Amino acid sequence: MALDLSDIIGKAEQAIAQAQDLRALDGVRVAYLGKKGVLTEQLKKLGALDPADRPAAGQSINSAKQQFGELLEARRTALNESQLRARLSADAVDVSLPGRGQHTGSRHPLGITAQRIEEIFAQLGFSVAEGPEVEDEYHNFEALNIPQNHPARDMQDTFYFGDGRLLRTHTSNVQIRYMEQHPPPVRIIAPGRVFRCDTPDATHSPMFHQVEGLLVDYNVSLADLKGHLHQFLNAFFDAELRVRFRPSYFPFTEPSAEVDVQLPGSDKWLEVLGCGMVHQEVFKSVGYDHQQYTGYAFGMGVERLAMLRYGLQDLRLFFENDLRFLEQFR
Amino acid sequence: MKISEAWLREWVDPPVSSEELLEQLTMLGLEVDFTEPAAPAFSGVVVGEVLTAGQHPDADKLSVCEVSDGEQRYNVVCGAPNVRAGMRAAFAAPGAKLPGGVKIRKTKLRGAVSEGMLCSGKELELSEESDRILDLGDGVAVGEPLRTALQLDDTIIDIDLTPNRGDCLSVRGIARELAAHNEVALNSVAVEPVAERIDATFPVRLDEPAGCPRYVGRVIRGIDSTARSPAWMVEKLRRSGIRSISPTVDITSYVMLELGQPMHAFDLARLHGSIHVRAAKPGETLMMLDGSEVRLDEEVLVIADERGVVALAGIMGGEQSGVGDDTQDIFLEAAFFAPRWVGGRPRRFGLFTDAGQRFERGVDWQSQREGIERATQLVLQICGGEPGPLVETVSESHLPEVPSVPLRRTQIERLLGEAVDDDDVSGILERLGMQVSAAGDGNWRIQPPSHRFDIAIEPDLIEELARLRGYDRLPEARPAYAPRAAPVQDAGGGITGLENILLGRGYSQAVTYSFIDAEFARLIEPAHEPLPLLNPISSELAVMRTSLWPGLIGALQHNLNRQQQRVRLFESGLVFTGGEKNLQQVPRVGGIACGPVNPPHWDERQKTVDFFDVKADVHALLHNAGHGDAVFEAADHPALHPGQSTLVSIDGQRQGWLGSLHPRVVQALELNQEAVLFELDLQGLLGGERTEIREISRFPSIRRDINVVVDETVPAQACVEAARAAGPRTLRDVTILSIYAGSGVVSGRKSVALGLILQDLSRTLVDQEVDDAVDQILAGLDQKLGAKLRE
Repeated sequence: MALDLSDIIGKAEQAIAQAQDLRALDGVRVAYLGKKGVLTEQLKKLGALDPADRPAAGQSINSAKQQFGELLEARRTALNESQLRARLSADAVDVSLPGRGQHTGSRHPLGITAQRIEEIFAQLGFSVAEGPEVEDEYHNFEALNIPQNHPARDMQDTFYFGDGRLLRTHTSNVQIRYMEQHPPPVRIIAPGRVFRCDTPDATHSPMFHQVEGLLVDYNVSLADLKGHLHQFLNAFFDAELRVRFRPSYFPFTEPSAEVDVQLPGSDKWLEVLGCGMVHQEVFKSVGYDHQQYTGYAFGMGVERLAMLRYGLQDLRLFFENDLRFLEQFR
Repeated sequence: MKISEAWLREWVDPPVSSEELLEQLTMLGLEVDFTEPAAPAFSGVVVGEVLTAGQHPDADKLSVCEVSDGEQRYNVVCGAPNVRAGMRAAFAAPGAKLPGGVKIRKTKLRGAVSEGMLCSGKELELSEESDRILDLGDGVAVGEPLRTALQLDDTIIDIDLTPNRGDCLSVRGIARELAAHNEVALNSVAVEPVAERIDATFPVRLDEPAGCPRYVGRVIRGIDSTARSPAWMVEKLRRSGIRSISPTVDITSYVMLELGQPMHAFDLARLHGSIHVRAAKPGETLMMLDGSEVRLDEEVLVIADERGVVALAGIMGGEQSGVGDDTQDIFLEAAFFAPRWVGGRPRRFGLFTDAGQRFERGVDWQSQREGIERATQLVLQICGGEPGPLVETVSESHLPEVPSVPLRRTQIERLLGEAVDDDDVSGILERLGMQVSAAGDGNWRIQPPSHRFDIAIEPDLIEELARLRGYDRLPEARPAYAPRAAPVQDAGGGITGLENILLGRGYSQAVTYSFIDAEFARLIEPAHEPLPLLNPISSELAVMRTSLWPGLIGALQHNLNRQQQRVRLFESGLVFTGGEKNLQQVPRVGGIACGPVNPPHWDERQKTVDFFDVKADVHALLHNAGHGDAVFEAADHPALHPGQSTLVSIDGQRQGWLGSLHPRVVQALELNQEAVLFELDLQGLLGGERTEIREISRFPSIRRDINVVVDETVPAQACVEAARAAGPRTLRDVTILSIYAGSGVVSGRKSVALGLILQDLSRTLVDQEVDDAVDQILAGLDQKLGAKLRE
């Protein structure tokens, strides 16, 4: 005999719908399925029935339990959902507010520029070499074919220490120190500080930075120098530049050239670096055979290149370390 | 060197525009630095003739003149003392416009009508002279516009000459280059030998013939001391940046500018006996023309007479023997002084003269006779006088010997990366005045001309070929390259990796001077003797830094003075320790932090940076280099707070310092704020090496916390180390959980809570083992530090 439990289910459905949170819902579950729950009681009564009626009655109760279970689960899911929604809405933040903690610092524009130069030359196979800033006359001048009393010494006002030592006036000393230690072939650049006896103003500084380059091998020519430097300049300024090589003079190169570029959108020639074929006297001072090897060397001012790239006019900005300036280079 | 385009075109006039001419010069290696007009814009100024000049009736200092412009007469009031009847002067008639736009009108001056103005050099912006009017001399036609009479529509070209091109320090020298480049003729001035009219000479001895192998002189008697330099000469000198002084001095300057041969004029009456060109004797002195006195020695070549030194050879004449207003008889000098005997002396004496500049670089050793003849010609033309014979004193064997230079076709191509036709080779070199002799199949011998001092080796000749053909015509290539692989550092290695860590921790990169103020250096490191510069530009930049801190503190000051609240800076670079005796150039990295730890935040209370904030930054650097175990021990540094300063070491090696700036230093520098600094040797921080891997356990770890009481003076790190030392192999880690002193702890002692992590690689630890380990550790702490378990 089937039982009619629709009344019970109807009431249970109502109770479930009225449960406003998971605890209330659990109360409903206990009220129907707990030890003394309405449906549990029904099951208990089963024993009192005629055995022939029991299966059908049992089936009715189980079906009611199942129905109840489904209703309960649906409600639980709904309540979970709404509880999550409430929490999410309570947790919401104003995402426009700033984050917490340290801001990153900024690399100095001279650091950025020197690194850019190094990375471009690394692609051409150049590695980085270094040398001392307090140098002797021999490595800064004599070995570079600039003897005492040479007018070229007037080109650079030198800081001296009075004991034969001086502050290097260019990074070319690294050429000599490197070649003294390494046989050819050579492909190096040498970035670093250099010093000249100049009072600081918009275009002068007693300290600035250069990158020296040196390539020595069999049959290196002026055409190779032109090719490499043109490639470098295009890469540095990220444009196809007009580049001009014109004759110049450095005691440690022969032939020598100065290099001008026209930046995009300008027809003004801007001097960017000096270069030339390594002078045979330089090879002699480091014991290289100039009949066997040729080489080129170049030197460029990091400040100069940085100023052109960033459109700066005043050299002093680089050495004031004003955070309002530096922090723009993040 | 400054030069007038018009003067240059007198010597060589290629069919090219001014713009092209300038471009040609630059591309020949004679870099045009800038150009400027020879005169500012003005109009209506003509050559006027002063017909009469009389006293103004009502003004002592004014004259009333009658001036003709060739067509008309004008009544002109003039205030210049040098106005006189018969002179030709610059006349601005009514309607003329002067520089700056001043318009000349008919006016009345102290009651006298003035129809125009006689102009001074200053009024036309041709000189600084304002109280005298321009005296144009007789070489100009009355009525001619001044601009054409003085060729004022001209351009001044400033050429930045490299020190190897002494031969281009003259109009002739530059013209030679342009003639060779354009393949046009050079229009040399005719310099005819002047016949002697008297037989006066002055004896010359070459006592140091290596320094002066040729000396050419001439006596000219009876020059007109009232003569004035003609306007054309004054103008040419002016456009080369030389101020007119007197006709004889102007003539020597003019010949130098024109031909490149420096000249000197002595007052013959002030020379005694004979001239000796010799090395100075130690202790001799000379009063210079510019009023300075120089001390001499045997390294200096001088011109001396029998009473003493009269000139520094090739640099400057002495005060005593120079020509003056009353000079009547002169002795002209044109000599060749060897570069080796002049080089460096101008710098030594601070006398950077035009003559010194030329002799240092090399003057044509065959141009002395020419120089004397040209100067004589001009003296006679301008000052009159009676010339004596030209006397040349020469030591042939000491004249420069210019060896010929071999040139090989193969080397041209090797160095330039491009072959050059044989015809081109000889053509170019010959146009440059060289003698080319073929020496068989692609070989030549080249004899450079006497004016070139920069052609000694084959590449010098190859440069000439490239220069005349045009550097721009050379091809571009790339040298062959066989790359080789070399080991690299792991990420984070090297200086860039280290900088990136600091950047990530909020430090910005600074670049400060390598030289600093000696007092500042003393304030920071009183025990160090910094290396002083011999010739600093100022006392603030006088000694080499022994630490990065002075520079960083300076940068901090700069920023604090500009309302920056929060400053974090780092720098890497060389410091110079050990003083003069034992100089070391040590690469270091240093940093400074001041102000709030973090940028201002809406949800966080601001906390001022302290020792531990920066210690974490230093630790990050050490850790990155594989030195997480670096030791920090309390130590005193004169610039640091004695209670907040630590020496950092790696494997027993001192690595650097970390600490708060000493309050005394903060006060001395008026910083008004605390700052924390660090400085470390770079060498120990460059990591990037392969990491040594430790096995990790698959079994659970067990944590026990202990709380021990130790003397307040015991460093917390000592507790950690004692625990480690006492613990068994299974003790994986010890951390400091808290430090407490106060109620519940005996005064003078503190409680340290340690977290112990135990773990075995092969099994799960049982409780008994862990208990035993903790007992062992407590016993060790007690034994080593007198640490008691806190009750």
